[in-house]
Amino acid sequence: MKFDTPAKTNPIDQLKVVGKPVDRIDGPLKTTGQAPYAYERHDVAAKQAYGWILGAAIAKGRIAAMDLTAARAAPGVVAIVTAENAGKLAKGEYNTALLLGGPEIQHYHQAIALVVAETFEQARAAAGLIQVKYAAAKGTYDLAAVKDSAPIAKSGGPGGAPESKVGSFVSAFDEAPVQLDATYTTSDESHSMMEPHASIALWEGEKLTLWTSNQMIAWGVADLAKTLGIPPENVRLISPYIGGGFGGKLFLRADALMASLGAKAAGRPVKVMLQRSLIPNNTTHRAATIQRIRIGAGKDGKITAISHECWSGDLPGGNPETGAIQTRALYAGDHRMTANRLAELDLPEANAMRAPGEAPGLAALEIAMDEMAEKLGLDPVAFRILNDTPVVPDNPPPPPAKDEKPDQPKEPPNPHPPFSQRQLVKCLTDGAQHFGWKKRNPKPGQVRDGRWLVGLGVAVAFRNNLLMKSAARVRLDAKGIVTVETDMTDIGTGSYTIIAQTAAEMMGVPLEKVVVRLGDSSFPVSCGSGGQWGANNSTSGVYAACTKLRGLLAEKAGFNVEEAVFTGGEVRAGNSNILLATLAGPEGLVAEDLIEYGDLDKKYQQSTFGAHFVEVGVDAYTGETRVRRMLAVCAAGRILNPKTARSQVIGAMTMAVGAALMEELVVDKRLGFFVNHDLAGYEVPVHADIPHQEVIFLDETDPISSPMKAKGVGELGICGAAAAVANAIYNATGVRVRDYPVKLDKLLDGLPELPMEP
Amino acid sequence: MKPFTYERATSPAGAAAAALRHPGARFVAGGTNLLDLMKLEIETPPHLIDVNGLKLDAIESTDDGGLRIGALVRNTDLAADERVRRDYGVLSRALVAGASGQLRNMATTAGNLLQRTRCPYFYDTNQACNKRSPGSGCAAIGGFSRVHAVLGVSDTCIATHPSDMAVGLRVLDAVVETIRPDGTVRTIPLAEFYRLPGKEPQLETVLDPGELITAVLLPKPVGGVHLYQKVRDRASYAFALISVAAIVQKDGTGRVALGGVAPKPWRVEEADAEMPNGARAVAAKLLAQATTTPENAFKLKLVERTLASVLAEAKGA
Amino acid sequence: MNEPSDSEIPSGEFSRRKFLLTGAAGAAMTGLSRLNAQEQPTPGPHPMKPILTRVSFTVNEKMAELEVDTRTTLLDALREHLHLTGTKKGCDQGQCGACTVLSGGRRINSCLTLAVMHQGDKITTIEGLGTPDRLHPMQRAFVKCDGFQCGYCTPGQICSAVAMLDEIKAGIPSHVTQDLTSAPAFNAAEMRERMSGNLCRCGAYCNIAEAITEVAGRSA
Repeated sequence: MKFDTPAKTNPIDQLKVVGKPVDRIDGPLKTTGQAPYAYERHDVAAKQAYGWILGAAIAKGRIAAMDLTAARAAPGVVAIVTAENAGKLAKGEYNTALLLGGPEIQHYHQAIALVVAETFEQARAAAGLIQVKYAAAKGTYDLAAVKDSAPIAKSGGPGGAPESKVGSFVSAFDEAPVQLDATYTTSDESHSMMEPHASIALWEGEKLTLWTSNQMIAWGVADLAKTLGIPPENVRLISPYIGGGFGGKLFLRADALMASLGAKAAGRPVKVMLQRSLIPNNTTHRAATIQRIRIGAGKDGKITAISHECWSGDLPGGNPETGAIQTRALYAGDHRMTANRLAELDLPEANAMRAPGEAPGLAALEIAMDEMAEKLGLDPVAFRILNDTPVVPDNPPPPPAKDEKPDQPKEPPNPHPPFSQRQLVKCLTDGAQHFGWKKRNPKPGQVRDGRWLVGLGVAVAFRNNLLMKSAARVRLDAKGIVTVETDMTDIGTGSYTIIAQTAAEMMGVPLEKVVVRLGDSSFPVSCGSGGQWGANNSTSGVYAACTKLRGLLAEKAGFNVEEAVFTGGEVRAGNSNILLATLAGPEGLVAEDLIEYGDLDKKYQQSTFGAHFVEVGVDAYTGETRVRRMLAVCAAGRILNPKTARSQVIGAMTMAVGAALMEELVVDKRLGFFVNHDLAGYEVPVHADIPHQEVIFLDETDPISSPMKAKGVGELGICGAAAAVANAIYNATGVRVRDYPVKLDKLLDGLPELPMEP
Repeated sequence: MKPFTYERATSPAGAAAAALRHPGARFVAGGTNLLDLMKLEIETPPHLIDVNGLKLDAIESTDDGGLRIGALVRNTDLAADERVRRDYGVLSRALVAGASGQLRNMATTAGNLLQRTRCPYFYDTNQACNKRSPGSGCAAIGGFSRVHAVLGVSDTCIATHPSDMAVGLRVLDAVVETIRPDGTVRTIPLAEFYRLPGKEPQLETVLDPGELITAVLLPKPVGGVHLYQKVRDRASYAFALISVAAIVQKDGTGRVALGGVAPKPWRVEEADAEMPNGARAVAAKLLAQATTTPENAFKLKLVERTLASVLAEAKGA
Repeated sequence: MNEPSDSEIPSGEFSRRKFLLTGAAGAAMTGLSRLNAQEQPTPGPHPMKPILTRVSFTVNEKMAELEVDTRTTLLDALREHLHLTGTKKGCDQGQCGACTVLSGGRRINSCLTLAVMHQGDKITTIEGLGTPDRLHPMQRAFVKCDGFQCGYCTPGQICSAVAMLDEIKAGIPSHVTQDLTSAPAFNAAEMRERMSGNLCRCGAYCNIAEAITEVAGRSA
């Protein structure tokens, strides 16, 4: 199904099942421990051996010598895989560094060996017997030190240009009566999903089956096949339950490759789970950024000039953290400039983490907006509303695609496309009303509650809605059961449930009559889970397949499909009605289709909007910050399931609290690695850090987006929320911290004087 | 983790004797730190002596009006004991400030005292660490040192001792009771229990090889307001950046000890004497010998302010 | 600046520590007790030879008799030997709480305890609390309140929550208990502090709190 004109009224609009806050259909399995994750599939293959990955002990250089003698001789050892004996391996399309290092070492904890043994304990112990001598090379590990020589990045994220210019920023900024020029930094962050990367590999002849934990099944198949040099049709990935990803499981990672190589070498199935202490350095992370933001405005508060420059680092061949992108579309202003620059660093591979670009970008921009509002003497909510824009002010042409010749004639892009929906102002005004914003004292450091300095902060949320084609297969059986199969994944997002709701709505059956099977590469290729594109696109794919099935059923019933009504487990037309189960017959009926998109996303800017409101208390003695209240108001198209959508938003808000207050992979700039590489050292929020969180979804349907009229929401919740926390801290204390995370040592010098004498 | 043999000891003397028979053996009780270190091969005992069956899990009143806390009393049970809550509140407070509910259910009194540092370089066996691998150097000096010690450090090691409980015990003048492999029993004031790193940071306590902690003794209660304030980045389940244990009497006199700033609970007699003179005076004595790095220098100000908080709370209580 | 230096880093500093043959050989020669009587000392056994031992405990009211490596944690005994994979491995270091089970009714991290240390104990795992058809009230409340997303920390959260309510009932104080000398009450601050040993990276805390409150209210 090609979606190239705005959606009209369709069966989803009945909203009998879609849009209802139904419980997750996978809930009973997950809450009883019966949902099997990748490492737990004792049932799928006999004689599984255990693999243990050894990570490189240096950040850069080469292995001078590796002695496997003692490890090979250790009891229970079945095989040891290293770069030397693994055969020729390619690099995956989506990988920056090799997943198996040696002799060259590209980053700390890069996998250099897999020990396969009869038991977990034997594999772990034998890995400790491998003797490695390294020849270390000097590396570059300090972003700030190399920032000034960093060039403009080659790409600017999905379809985006790395830099843009409108009007003449420099002169407009110089002439602006009110100016802000400030630099902000965000930290390297770890996804730290609760389930470590894990895989079980089984070879049957040339065919490889991998039970794994992966957000993007088709990417995984392609990259595993490419890396191993085997045809993709010989690779099957199965990933029905995924213990969190947040972008960290978008790609083929070392667990999957090493399990595959280990199983080949051992001649039997092998299971591998990355040990927790390897995850921050072995896998990907969100890159730290340095961001310079300049805003110029008239005394009336209208922005005349705005620029956002973002520096980040990655291994050679890697990609930037595109923190400057959203600044093209968020606020008005005639003279503008954005730039994303990328330095080469020898730290572990940087890559996408929940809302790449916007999460760190808005963390900086929305402090800058708070600072600017103060300079102008305006309320931060009013200042944002004043600078709302109905069109995208800055829409640079995307860079040429890989298979596109740079001089190929192209239709010039619309310089100022309208938004398909933009309810940002309503998000702000409704949120301000609901949160009691007017009680905020605009003068910082004034409100006290016992030992706590209390402050309120606001920030805007913005995240684009990305369109990806997505396929599904729908099967109807003689019992009237509708089974949906797609390689879509559920990483906690609620995919199982919203897909079931979509199929139930389309086929007119109760939710209990729908079975959803996900995460298997033998199913039609979906959009996968990432970039908050999963819900809208995957359900649209299911919509397409169900539309096809409805056609088959109507035809079989002899009804005109335009007149056929699917409800109550039957199809009706005029005075006739036939049970779906009867129509299916003993053979059943199957339909497969995909959703693909025309150019509606070029004609219109499709984005999601929100406003975050936060109240914090800062301990007047110690500077410890505790979040007291949080509210997010979101406008993100149709909300397919308010219960699971709300969970996505509060989860993202929680991660934003982490980014604001504590999350920081600490770089040892001498040795080139993230030092705090476990869950004690890399602190993420715990129960005690998170208060009651409220989420309001504005009523919105977006017919430009898809037949579901939905958009993504899973990442919107993290966008801007960290800045709302930082702005609340400023309001509480009067201390403006521009370097995340806002830990107490950055506040201490600005806290009130205390009575130090009796 | 290296293979090891395992036995269940049935008496304290038997356990200590078993340790002598098995060079390098370790006692295991809660296991919450030892097993972690064994997985990383930071500890590689060839033999484990499980002391959980030793019946050292009672909290008994002593003749001099104090308490005898069995070495195996779990942190949860010690914190919940009515006598501890009533008379030694600082200990109860310190215990519940540490770790998590699950870990406190496992961890024992003796094990808590003997837990090792959480310095990330100590935990990463690729890195230089004089405590883990004597003579290899100290990667924390000149590296990431925000959480490290500012007192009692040497040029070989700047690690902290991570226990909260030990800070509470220190301010209570607790005494450690042990049995040695030859069967002799001795008592060691907690003040003398930990060693400073000096040139040998691998030696952390004065215990002999095979010496087993059997109890911790508390002198009779001293009254006063008992406070334990722990400062950390997240609200719970995190080690202290710094902590303050204090007992404050009505007249403003009292005692104070610090956690998170040194390789042992930090107490200075002269600082106690300054208690009536306010936080700045107390901090000046406690921090007199401080050696900081640019990353952990904030701990000095934080100690002073947290002391102010504790003293204010004591006044209000 | 990026020129590789050819100087090799001294092995004492960066290569993995050398295996100490003496210590482990000593261990294999001890032939300690009945526990490893099947491990007869043989001439020159490999120092890395696993030491097997028998242990029995009940899991969810069923007796489990195992022969395990002394190194096997309770967590791995459950997951890899008994195939009770509801208990999760999130860190294997006591830093996340995903492995929480009940031993004698008390919640513990099963990753930081050896299977062999649980002779005769009564272990309860998530599988022992309820099944998809017969959910425990806490499991039902988690489903209703959407107290989970990816589901991986969930069994640990639920086991922890069940035991945590018992701890409050038993009067055990917490870091946020105001008055040490009186019994703690159930409230949001107490619950959040006491549940802090169970990380949830999906950030379902607010909904987990709602689920637990519902159960606490019902059972109060």
